[in-house]
Amino acid sequence: MVQYAHTGKESREREIPAPFVSEGKPEQKPDKEQTWEKKFNELDRYISLYAKEPGQLIIILQKAQDIFGYLPEEAQAYIAEKTGTPVSEVNGVVTFYSLFSTEPRGKCALDLCMGTACYIKGAQELMDTLKDQLQIDAGETTADHLFTVNTTRCIGACGLAPILVVNGEVHGNAKSGEIIKIIQKYRKGEDSESKKH
Amino acid sequence: MKVKNTEDLREIKDKFFPLIKQRLGHRNGLGITQVLVCSGTACSSAESQDFRLELERELERRNLRDNVRIFKTGCFGFCQHGPIAMVHPGEVFYCQVKPDDVKELVETHFLSGRVVERLLYQNNGQRANNIEDIHFFQAQKRIVLRNCGVINPEDISEYIARDGYFALADIILNKKPSEIIDKIKKSGLRGRGGAGFPTGRKWEMTAAQDVKPKYVLCNADEGDPGAFMDRSILEGDPHSILEAMAVSGYCIGAAQGYIYIRAEYPIAVERLEIAIDQARGYGLLGKNLFGTSFDFDIGLRFGAGAFVCGEETALLQSVMGQRGEPRPRPPYPAQEGLWGKPTLISNVETYANIPVILREGWEWYSGHGTASSKGSKVFSLAGKINTTGLIEVPMGTTLRTIVFDIGGGIPGGKKFKAVQTGGPSGGCIPDKYLDLPIDYESLKEIGSMMGSGGMIVMDEENCMVDIARFYVEFTQDESCGRCTPCRVGTKRLLEVLKRITEGKGEMEDLELLEELAFDIRDASLCGLGQTAPNPVISTMRYFREEYIAHIRDKTCPAGVCKALLDYTVDEAKCAACGLCAKVCAAGAITGARGQPYRIDPEKCLKCAACVAKCPKNAITKGIRKEDVNIAETGIHTGTGGQEERAAL
Ligand SMILES: Cc1cc2nc3c(=O)[nH]c(=O)nc-3n(C[C@H](O)[C@H](O)[C@H](O)COP(=O)(O)O)c2cc1C
Ligand code: FES
Repeated sequence: MVQYAHTGKESREREIPAPFVSEGKPEQKPDKEQTWEKKFNELDRYISLYAKEPGQLIIILQKAQDIFGYLPEEAQAYIAEKTGTPVSEVNGVVTFYSLFSTEPRGKCALDLCMGTACYIKGAQELMDTLKDQLQIDAGETTADHLFTVNTTRCIGACGLAPILVVNGEVHGNAKSGEIIKIIQKYRKGEDSESKKH
Repeated sequence: MKVKNTEDLREIKDKFFPLIKQRLGHRNGLGITQVLVCSGTACSSAESQDFRLELERELERRNLRDNVRIFKTGCFGFCQHGPIAMVHPGEVFYCQVKPDDVKELVETHFLSGRVVERLLYQNNGQRANNIEDIHFFQAQKRIVLRNCGVINPEDISEYIARDGYFALADIILNKKPSEIIDKIKKSGLRGRGGAGFPTGRKWEMTAAQDVKPKYVLCNADEGDPGAFMDRSILEGDPHSILEAMAVSGYCIGAAQGYIYIRAEYPIAVERLEIAIDQARGYGLLGKNLFGTSFDFDIGLRFGAGAFVCGEETALLQSVMGQRGEPRPRPPYPAQEGLWGKPTLISNVETYANIPVILREGWEWYSGHGTASSKGSKVFSLAGKINTTGLIEVPMGTTLRTIVFDIGGGIPGGKKFKAVQTGGPSGGCIPDKYLDLPIDYESLKEIGSMMGSGGMIVMDEENCMVDIARFYVEFTQDESCGRCTPCRVGTKRLLEVLKRITEGKGEMEDLELLEELAFDIRDASLCGLGQTAPNPVISTMRYFREEYIAHIRDKTCPAGVCKALLDYTVDEAKCAACGLCAKVCAAGAITGARGQPYRIDPEKCLKCAACVAKCPKNAITKGIRKEDVNIAETGIHTGTGGQEERAAL
């Protein structure tokens, strides 16, 4: 889920039933299989929490997207099986709502507000800058999996228009130059990361 | 503790009322100072929570926690100058507070008892000590928003201290459903979700259905892409919605309610979750309310970003976890809604009016507004306006009052061009209607609509053709694809509009646009398609000359449509510093030290990066060079390019 403003942390944690943190244990590097399994376990909790009531498919999918970062086919099939819904129906819902993504997202999520207030205050120029810098369209991820660009509708802070949300952090009165800097910063950070390895 | 009757409520009220009383301006010798920090979406985006936490830490450090108490509160409406912190007693209204201001605030205000002047709002150079001194608030009438900025939305006791849940108690214990429905009908309240259907009639229709179970549904989808009213109400006063839904449940005979809200509104969702938990804890939701046999509970259902889901029949599908596709009406949701059962659907703001009507009486309520539209309306005012914010005015207020008195006019001395109301279903209103008192009927008459309350102000630098394209692109994108007129029609409409903004339009396109617009309006299945052409129809009606300028003269008078304008360096101003060439990603700028720089229009991507960089403000965007507009004669020469010339 896109988390825009930074409240909600506490309660969101309150909502999640008993997390998997293994406190005090030496940190072990989980291999891919293990994390994958953990994720399905976590998803299971939500399914059993929500599937009791009718019509809760959307919230289950949202939770799945929170867990996996996107909705891989495996997760969709799993939810379908567990809730007794045809896979086609699950996929139909996934493709209908713009919040759901079936592709993994980049490390840096750039959500540009394309609400009316932001648009008339120059959001299109920002979008052009993003496209130009990253050579991708809205809704796409760069080949190096570093950046994903998405558009959102009014995030409710029109006084700060135009707005760019970078990994959940709101940047108000955004300017093209600033966007270029943010992108460069991430690229640099990534460079030094990969040099370390 | 479970609340059983009005006495129990009164006990809670008595305990918490002193706090509220001080916030309402009474200096009642409470002996404490209260700080209310706005915790709505806008202020939180501007880091009001960092301020609040820093303030808490500082008070802790200085051992002042017992004397100064901090509360979260809902939107004050003054979003442009957020984050806001209000201090009582004294109603001192601090704007744009930052964590760095905390130390000074504590030392000067809380320890020395002096106001921190520099953090006050400035009205034309004058410091506004008090919220009443600020122009923005003077023409407003806060009925729906009465609790926003006054109570802590995360504490049910404060809502009760503002007489919350008393109406519910009285109704369940003493009144018949028909009496209440009658009151709502007499109040004249109409749906705030857009169409303005009389709410009392809707209740009556749903109550008359002889089917069980029934459902109450709150439409908190707020799909208008420039509006934040409903979200702000939920963030600032969630219990008013819960109380109203319980009342309507009692009146129509439903035991279950749902609030359909976008998952993208994390703060509103969180507040609702807390509010529902607390109401259940007090026995104000759940089984056997007030010891009677009436049960009522509320659940949240989440939307996942689809505009069409705001439409009531699509909403029903989405609440049931399906694709949100609309269906023809009748049957109306009041007859066949959730799981085929009668369902009352109303908008957030509609519900927010209910407790006030019941508390103050329908006579009082219908005393506000115009002949056909009663009460007030909340608008989110944004765009090219000095004070963006959340406002509430009586129905019948003029746009001039809203834009110029409350909103403080257009920034930068620019000229007002239009106000857009009703979002993608509405229209653009030109300056000649600035003095029209607005209500449901008057807006409809001039080709717009009330909508849910988004109000976007535009100035001379906004291109009306481009705005029409923006909205059609939105509806095209959001069209669920179920019916052809909407799916294909909006696509064609968008193609024509794009053609025009790219300078490739022809005069016949105007007729084509009109024809398409009316066909889509008349033949679409649901409200989305039926209203999608409105932005086009209204801009063509009031700003036809702008369309013609794009088509015939290949110019965009507002200087927005990129294909129709060029960036140029003003050689007289250019200091030849070369910063522009450095920042240009396209390598379109050339020059050398000591010589003015030049932009190659062929290479230029029109990103405007150079404009921002230029220390001399020497780079301007303007209409095409060869498009010389000889003002005196009205003759336009030159066109957009070879092909276009041929087309003319
Ligand atoms: C395309 C479309 C989008 C709509 N979006 C919303 C919305 O976001 N919020 C809302 O309350 N009503 C919306 N409506 C209106 C609802 O269909 C419905 O009329 C309303 O929720 C009824 O509540 P009311 O009587 O309180 O206005 C929309 C209608 C259409 C056609
Ligand atoms: S339109 Fe972007 S925040 Fe409202």
